[in-house]
Amino acid sequence: MNEMERRLRTAAAGLPAAAPELAIADRAAEEGLLDVAYAAVDSPLGRLTVAATPRGLVRVSYDELRGSEETLEDLARRVSPRVLEAPARLDPIRRELDEYFDGRRTAFDLPIDWALTAGFAREVLRATARIGYGQVSSYAHVAAEAGSPRATRAAGNALGSNPVPVVVPCHRVLRTGGGLGGYTGGLERKEFLLRLEGALL
Amino acid sequence: MSVKLPPFQTLLDQHRVDVYRYLVAVAGAGEADDAFQETWIAALRAYPRLKRADNLRAWLFRIAQNKAIDAHRSRGRRPLPLQTIPEAGTPLAPEGRSELWAQVRALPPKQRTAVFCRSVLGMPYRELALLLEGSEEAARRNVHEGLKRLKEELDR
Repeated sequence: MNEMERRLRTAAAGLPAAAPELAIADRAAEEGLLDVAYAAVDSPLGRLTVAATPRGLVRVSYDELRGSEETLEDLARRVSPRVLEAPARLDPIRRELDEYFDGRRTAFDLPIDWALTAGFAREVLRATARIGYGQVSSYAHVAAEAGSPRATRAAGNALGSNPVPVVVPCHRVLRTGGGLGGYTGGLERKEFLLRLEGALL
Repeated sequence: MSVKLPPFQTLLDQHRVDVYRYLVAVAGAGEADDAFQETWIAALRAYPRLKRADNLRAWLFRIAQNKAIDAHRSRGRRPLPLQTIPEAGTPLAPEGRSELWAQVRALPPKQRTAVFCRSVLGMPYRELALLLEGSEEAARRNVHEGLKRLKEELDR
């Protein structure tokens, strides 16, 4: 029997060493099975993992701060385990991000899926999404916009857990006194984005 | 409590090559591409309903086995593609056209799977039992019977 197993293993060396690149993501999308499509996107702030659902952009993550694997596991747990790499599906957002980082775009047009947010945090982020390019606001102001003027700290936490940084511009929210405050992607990135938009010299 | 399933892409990355090689071996090169795509779509469809996250490979290969059987059945209704007729002394050509894989394809489905998963993937019997939805004893028997038949065929 061992002889037979050896022959099978030898014959297996003649089997294809790679699988064909079938358009599984396309077929999945056609059949409504592509719950989360993701792609890696290069940016001046480093590699991003960008993910979308059929409803819209659901996640932008800085790979340097949080590995892509961890981001995808989080999406699998909190949105749907049907997570597939599908770069073509992310082309529109990739294009908008490229234009933004080139200084040729001042607003994002694509819909956002707020699935990773809830409650007060979601309201804070929605208020933040209304702050225009090159403008800045304060934690107190977005807290008030979200309906709780005194919940400044909670507003800060909500911005710190922004699932779609850059596109929902939490970098435009500063301390009331003018201090930069914190940033989910680190202060250097916040400064870079504010400079890019001409809000910081 | 829901189980913590890995992102589907992880499964695809880990197992796509083995699943494809399995399908080429047990369904033939002419059927493998379709069966491969059907396997992954069926897996993706069922994935969120899985009750447990261990034994994902056994679950995946069970789906692949079913798709290989489907391909086998539909091939029965079509003219026989050339590569299923082994020529005497065919060398170990790529794409599973060797005489040996043709003999494997002549085995009953469970033996085909058992022989491949055990001999080529080195799958533990416990996992093979889950794949074949039977006991470990039955899995061993399927491997043993499959290998015996192959030996008989090839010794003839």
